[in-house]
Amino acid sequence: MQGELSDMRQLFKPNQKVKSLLVRWESLLVFILIAVLVINSFMSPNFLNWNTFINAPMSFMDKSFMALGMALVLMLGLIDISVGSIVALSGTAMGLAYHAGLPFSLALILSLLVGALCGFINGLLVTRFDEAPPMIITLATMSLYRGIAYILIENESLGEFPTWFAELGWGKVAGIPIILWAFIIFALIFWWLLHKTAYGREIRSIGFNKKASFYSGINANKNIILSYIILGTMSAITGLFLISRMSSVRADIAVGYELEAIAMVVLGGVSTGGGIGSIVGVIISTFIIGFVRYGLGLANASSQLITLIIGVLLIVAVIIDEQRNKNNTLTEEE
Amino acid sequence: MDLKQLKSKIDIKEAVLIVLIILGALFIQYNNSNFLTWHNIADVLKNTSLLAILALGMMTVMLTGGIDLSVGSTVALSGMTSAVLLRDFPDLPLFVVIFAGLVVGLLSGLVLGTLVGKCGMIPTIASLGMRYILRGLTYLVGDNKWVSAHEMTPEFKALATDTTFGINNLVLVAIVIYIIALYFFNYNRTGRSFYAVGSNPLAAKITGLNINKTLLKAYAINGLLSGLVGVLWISRYASAQGDTASGYEMNVIAAAVLGGISLLGGAGRVTGLFLGVLVLGILDNALPLLNASVYWEDFITGAIILVAVVLNILINRREKKLEDARRII
Repeated sequence: MQGELSDMRQLFKPNQKVKSLLVRWESLLVFILIAVLVINSFMSPNFLNWNTFINAPMSFMDKSFMALGMALVLMLGLIDISVGSIVALSGTAMGLAYHAGLPFSLALILSLLVGALCGFINGLLVTRFDEAPPMIITLATMSLYRGIAYILIENESLGEFPTWFAELGWGKVAGIPIILWAFIIFALIFWWLLHKTAYGREIRSIGFNKKASFYSGINANKNIILSYIILGTMSAITGLFLISRMSSVRADIAVGYELEAIAMVVLGGVSTGGGIGSIVGVIISTFIIGFVRYGLGLANASSQLITLIIGVLLIVAVIIDEQRNKNNTLTEEE
Repeated sequence: MDLKQLKSKIDIKEAVLIVLIILGALFIQYNNSNFLTWHNIADVLKNTSLLAILALGMMTVMLTGGIDLSVGSTVALSGMTSAVLLRDFPDLPLFVVIFAGLVVGLLSGLVLGTLVGKCGMIPTIASLGMRYILRGLTYLVGDNKWVSAHEMTPEFKALATDTTFGINNLVLVAIVIYIIALYFFNYNRTGRSFYAVGSNPLAAKITGLNINKTLLKAYAINGLLSGLVGVLWISRYASAQGDTASGYEMNVIAAAVLGGISLLGGAGRVTGLFLGVLVLGILDNALPLLNASVYWEDFITGAIILVAVVLNILINRREKKLEDARRII
């Protein structure tokens, strides 16, 4: 009996170690977030004003929706760099449908459907041609989707949406921006999805060891396609908030969003190799990157400098992540 | 030469490309008789030479099983460095300006090679990060401004427009590099080591290859070639901008995939690569001749990559099936 118990303890040991490492990573992220906020408040005394502080997310929160979906795909050990183009295509579809006389609510739904369809196509291609790295496949669809958006509206911009649509990006409920409410709701849903459902457990086990998950009866392809569909839909939602804020849609919107979404997820502690990570880390890191961007904006840094810094953040985060994994496997081997 | 030997000389993917090029050329000629003129063919070659050099760099990296999404940014940064030197120090000798661009390219390649090799980062993520870092640096080096034609010396602009032995300089450079590459990838120890690392890293390691060093070399070569193209690029277009060659890595990867360079590493030939580059070059030239709208460009590039990837995979599956069947017999 005693022996059995200790065996079981042995069995659960690595798991707990992974867990404690994650907790450490997340508390580190919280410290980084606090540091960023402190630096921001030094840069502009207005930053500590409650109004400025609570309004800041309006300017950067849109990408966070996409990041939640990206977390699922990265957790599978896959990637999708076509998300910026999905934003453009789903937005274009919405604009065209509305201008063709469709009721606005239907146009909104259409945009989500187009996002889901784009994701479905990505997932289908990635699973049917799994010899090719998903990076290459989504590189192709990245140009394909944006290409379709260009063919549809060339260099026009479609606007004049109903006035209530602007509320999505600019409005507030109970003193808190709608976009922040929406993010809180989605974050809770994704936390539940990833940590409390069979689907979440399955995608983590696929990302961790595809072969082992296959032998334990998990349908990898179904889960992969579903994750890409979710990511596509979340990209369309990112598009809705972005378009609401800009009040019009063009074929060249959201270029480079994939980098920021991936950076958020990787900084959030999701391993690029798949299998490891938590939604909480991703949520904290979306605020870190958002506030870094916001603070650099306050300091009048050029947008190019901001992308440079986010590029550096991405690489540093991955290197730390590699180091963490190395230490992890070392302790497990002991 | 018996059939078996002939078969090993001709790759099925290359044969498909040759047929595609001939049929395409005939189709374009049928619609616009200006296509198959000496003048236009020279134009195609001139416009394709830079893509051809970049594709060779991408091939080097892809052979090791990697990829570089930062090519466009490397081109921009090295070009911008040379251009800024030209503008601020017009008395500098020409070779110093060119050398500076090459060094910047090489350094970018070394950094990426270190990230992929020593730091063990996934090439896609590492080069995605580098893509934005180098692009940001380009804007910083150029101080958010263009360097335009009147700020460059005539000798520098002449680099891309002059001819040597009746051949445009750009085309000549590309030809020389391809001849070196034919030797390098087929007979040189380092060239072969890229294949070894790409097809089976573990076996390569056991045979005594230093994987990290080989990866570093591959990315360094890619960086150096990108730096060279950066310098030639701004000479050719007589302007250096923050968004020079933005997104050009798409075309380079498309050319490499089309040319039969395996996405998983370890397989691909210089001759195939050349044909892949040629297909894209002809397409680029033909779209305006066929009065196609510029808005179709993204769509067509994407479609070509996708079709190339899928065809590549289907052919590989078929070959593998045939091989398995042979083994059973």
